[in-house]
Amino acid sequence: MKTLLIFIPILPLAGFLLNGIFGRSFPKKLVHRIAIGTTGISFLLVVITFFKFLSLHTESIVINYFTWIKAGDFVANFGFLLDPLSMVMLLVVSGVGFLIHIYSIGYMWNDIGYNRFFAYLNLFMFSMLVLVLANNYLLLFVGWEGVGLCSYLLIGFYFHKKSASDAGKKAFIVNRIGDFGFVVGLMLMFFTFRSLDFNTIFTSIVKKGYGVESGWGVLTVIAVLLFIGATGKSAQIPLYVWLPDAMEGPTPVSALIHAATMVTAGVYMITRSNAIYSRAPHALFIVGLIGSLTALYAATIGIFQRDIKRVLAYSTVSQLGYMFTALGVMAFSAGIFHLMTHAFFKALLFLGSGSVILALHHEQDMQNMGGLKKYLPITCLSMWAATLAISGIPIFAGFFSKDEILWRSKIDPVKGHMIFYILGTVAALITALYMFRLMFLTFHGKSRMSEEKLSHVHESPKSMTSVLIILAILSTIGGFVGMPGWTGFPNVFEKFLDPVFRFMPQKVVSHLHHVVESQPAGKELLVTLISIVVAGLGVLIAYIIYIKKEALPKDEEKLGFIYKLIYNKYYVDEIYNFFVIQPIKWFSTNVLWKIVDVAVIDGIVNGYAYLTEGLSTVVARIQNGFIRSYIGWIVLGGIGILYYIILNFIR
Amino acid sequence: MRITPDFFVILSVILFTIGLIGVLIRRNLIIIFMFIELMLNAVNLSFIAYSYKLGQVDGQIYVFFVMVLAAVEVAVGLGLIMLIYRNKKTLDVDDINIMKN
Repeated sequence: MKTLLIFIPILPLAGFLLNGIFGRSFPKKLVHRIAIGTTGISFLLVVITFFKFLSLHTESIVINYFTWIKAGDFVANFGFLLDPLSMVMLLVVSGVGFLIHIYSIGYMWNDIGYNRFFAYLNLFMFSMLVLVLANNYLLLFVGWEGVGLCSYLLIGFYFHKKSASDAGKKAFIVNRIGDFGFVVGLMLMFFTFRSLDFNTIFTSIVKKGYGVESGWGVLTVIAVLLFIGATGKSAQIPLYVWLPDAMEGPTPVSALIHAATMVTAGVYMITRSNAIYSRAPHALFIVGLIGSLTALYAATIGIFQRDIKRVLAYSTVSQLGYMFTALGVMAFSAGIFHLMTHAFFKALLFLGSGSVILALHHEQDMQNMGGLKKYLPITCLSMWAATLAISGIPIFAGFFSKDEILWRSKIDPVKGHMIFYILGTVAALITALYMFRLMFLTFHGKSRMSEEKLSHVHESPKSMTSVLIILAILSTIGGFVGMPGWTGFPNVFEKFLDPVFRFMPQKVVSHLHHVVESQPAGKELLVTLISIVVAGLGVLIAYIIYIKKEALPKDEEKLGFIYKLIYNKYYVDEIYNFFVIQPIKWFSTNVLWKIVDVAVIDGIVNGYAYLTEGLSTVVARIQNGFIRSYIGWIVLGGIGILYYIILNFIR
Repeated sequence: MRITPDFFVILSVILFTIGLIGVLIRRNLIIIFMFIELMLNAVNLSFIAYSYKLGQVDGQIYVFFVMVLAAVEVAVGLGLIMLIYRNKKTLDVDDINIMKN
């Protein structure tokens, strides 16, 4: 197990090094063979590990490779933790990552930076696998920053475009704000527990008898600080602004990093820290509130976006909001379940949109699409599977996971009121609306392209469509591992994850069980029916507007003020610019530059220079070139020394 | 009146002072050089005097060192003076002041 596990992240790293250093001179075929070979074997190893883990019947396996940092009583190991949670994450990350690597062959084939792209992608796989495998917060943070770096590199992949390099910088800087909170959280955690190791911290929480905190105890503060880190990485209010801009990167990157894996790191991290969060109801409430607000807020922005990828970007933000809502009501396994299904259907949506974009020669505006069903049948069909999944249509994967979240937020055991549920349900309606709008505008209705252009449109190569098909199957049946109680099937997923939550306080666990069990039998079914009706309503509205009335994006402009407000994303970027960026700029220019740098720092440095110069001019006068005066000074000095010696001698 | 080593010490002080004053007030480089030699020899004299008075041989050894050094110094110093004269056509030390500041 020890050697098996280390090879899972090491292989993509080897691929990165090979392609990164020598890739320029490799033929394209060798480049993708290295990249896909390493991630493929890594995925295979994950599958082997999975079956081995199942056969072992253990709660978790901790493997320490070596001591990484040691300073005083601070010790950080380079070690891995394998438990059901990291197992699920490993499968999702390496599986989806592997598929997207294959897809990238077709998508990136005509790109100049072919080897650079695959090198970055492999580096990302390495960082993400370290993130999910780490057995302490510091190593997790290494992966956390590593994926941030890869995200930056890949968003700015077309660095000759100013908008792309700007978007890369924006992502990096916004994440830095979140990371600040995260790092402070880590420090506070080390200060409290004298360790950053997962198991050490969680067992010491249990042993020292930390109860559920009613106010703002140390656990609550740690939880909130960690959540600030999560809002950055997982694009929640108020730090979500980087994610829509991240769509400047190549589409496979949007699918892998900015939809399926990296952005879910925050969800993973909070689930991993469930021992802390379950004792901090205030922090949980913040998590849930931010999550559900983000779910609704981002969904509304999605309605009027024209760029196909931007719709999906806001949809990602919104779906991440759902996951945080689940965490906020301590339905951790439901959150991870949605993470998994979301990885399938959102990766599929992005890859499908990438297929459309490639077919239309980098046209992303839905105003110029329409009627593509005939030309891109496989893309259309697979994207329909994903759309049904994300909209919560029964049987498809997203239905089970989203429904689980809505149900658990309805019976919210933390605060006991309905706000999360209502926000989530409204968001579900809007989700169905904007997703069906996207599909109708892209694939159905009349084509809005010129005949000449349309004749060039053709379905993507097999390497791409086969990935779409696999993901479509997963989006369709992926939900069956977590069937809700009323179906009578066991919830395999929840049971599998159960050992992860063994550090939660007994009182909370039994309370949770009590809340879930004590609900009347038909109530969950009722909630499910409501969400089906709501989703259906969204579909109906979309159908009426975009199929019956044949409305186009430019017709939406007639809505006037509301359209403008939403199309411009509630002017949040502008607000941030005015209230955050401009003051910082002003402060930097007028205070940091003109006062601190020019006056204080330069003043000190120049002051020393002036002082030296002044002293030297005085001293230089002695050196007047008259030898006799020099001799005079020597004599004076000699007399001085003599005087001193005699004085001492007399004494 | 018996001649004691103290006389030689006094003589050495007088010679040293003459030499020093000469170095300070004369402007010709060769003259200054000769006064320096005078100072060196004054010091030699005092070494010998004390060596005799204290009955130790150390002082005499120092004298040999000083003599050797003086010989070397004369060789180098005269060479320098020759070069200075060739370049500046003067040996007045107040005119040789290109190294100031």
